[in-house]
Amino acid sequence: MRTTVEPVSWLHTSVGRKIIMAATGVFLMTFLVVHLAGNLLLLRADGGAAFNAYAEFMSTNPFIRVLEVFLFAGFVIHIYQGIYFISREKKSRPKGYALNNAGANSSIFSRTMRLSAIVVLVFLIVHLRHFFVEHRLLGSPYTMYDLCKAAFENPWYSLFYVVSMVLLGFHLAHGFYSSFQTLGLILNRRIEAVIKWAGAAFALGVPLGFAIIPLYFLVKTF
Amino acid sequence: MRFTLEIWRQKNAQDEGRFEVYEVDGISPNTSFLEMLDILNERLIKEGKEPVAFDHDCREGICGSCGLFINGRAHGPLPNITTCRLYMRHFKDGERIVIEPFRAKPFPVIKDLVVDRSALDRIIQKGGYISVNTGSAPDANSIPIPKAVADRAFDYATCIGCGACVAACKNASAMLFVAAKVSHLAMLPQGQPERRQRVKRMVAQMDSEGFGHCSNTGACAVECPAKIPLSAIAQLQRDYIWANLTPDLYAR
Repeated sequence: MRTTVEPVSWLHTSVGRKIIMAATGVFLMTFLVVHLAGNLLLLRADGGAAFNAYAEFMSTNPFIRVLEVFLFAGFVIHIYQGIYFISREKKSRPKGYALNNAGANSSIFSRTMRLSAIVVLVFLIVHLRHFFVEHRLLGSPYTMYDLCKAAFENPWYSLFYVVSMVLLGFHLAHGFYSSFQTLGLILNRRIEAVIKWAGAAFALGVPLGFAIIPLYFLVKTF
Repeated sequence: MRFTLEIWRQKNAQDEGRFEVYEVDGISPNTSFLEMLDILNERLIKEGKEPVAFDHDCREGICGSCGLFINGRAHGPLPNITTCRLYMRHFKDGERIVIEPFRAKPFPVIKDLVVDRSALDRIIQKGGYISVNTGSAPDANSIPIPKAVADRAFDYATCIGCGACVAACKNASAMLFVAAKVSHLAMLPQGQPERRQRVKRMVAQMDSEGFGHCSNTGACAVECPAKIPLSAIAQLQRDYIWANLTPDLYAR
């Protein structure tokens, strides 16, 4: 195409969409931290009292309920842009290389964002069905703690959970650095080094924190 | 040294194209990659066959013509070089070498390994310029620019437009190329009048040409012969956000 096709708006260009992806990504990462902090209450040996109180607070506090709307919007926008980028992938290179040694110039995490995204999305759907829909929409008679305990004591569910967390780690290993780069916040080499280090710690620490919980419940059954 | 070459042959843009296998022998380790192709072509001409078409010009790493995708990497197995600066000693004796053209929708194959990279020129036409008054040449250093800033601008200005960033990118994105020009001119006072427009227009043209989106894999910077750093892309992102989110004080 030789002439410039004027974009509908600046957020409809490849760069604009990337900025939306990064901004929602950063927002979702802050959510992960809050979610993890709450989940770690499951490890308290109080029969789930603290965790149930926390779950009760999260599902009734009006401020949290408003934030929840933004959270859903953040997920929907992030996933929508992801699907858009996946649909565009083949268009910019209709004929691929017979031999492509991409491992020589880029990290495995950056090249598997699509795969890790799909696994995390499937996990998200199963996860929402299991806890959010069950507790909030269907009005399950069980407490949140009981729902978690039942789920995590099932080795298949725990395995699925842990595998999903590994892939979430993959997603974050590139996504953390990438979102800061896209928002133009990496101003110099020193900031770059800090962001890369923090990204590695985040990508390792957060999924590990989540994965410890089902493993803890699973080990307790023996 | 002896090599088995698997080379992409394609008569013209309409032709389907296919790989053909050639054996070359008696190659000195200090033969450059392009000279090795010259040796093959001389033989093909003597045999009355069509020589392999490939782009080349300066053969000293400054023109950016020699875009070849060799063994799965833009400009071959070494980082940050052009194909002309790649030597046969960088390969193992008896190695099988796969040679393909740069692949991207905006880079249509003209013949064999030659692709049309004028999409990059059209992006430059949209904003890779500054406005100057004609007349006598201004005195050197009449506009003071700190050395560190001049150095950084020069780092971005060294882009030779070879297209290796596009070839190496998994999304066939031209971001590093566009960002090099945007960042180069963003550093300097001469680049300020068009700064807001430049980034918008160049990004719009990049998309219109059919280049993909950037996903920050960093493959481009590894293959770039001019060593354009990824900080160029961060600068483009800042300029793009700034140009779109803040009001243009000079707009009528």
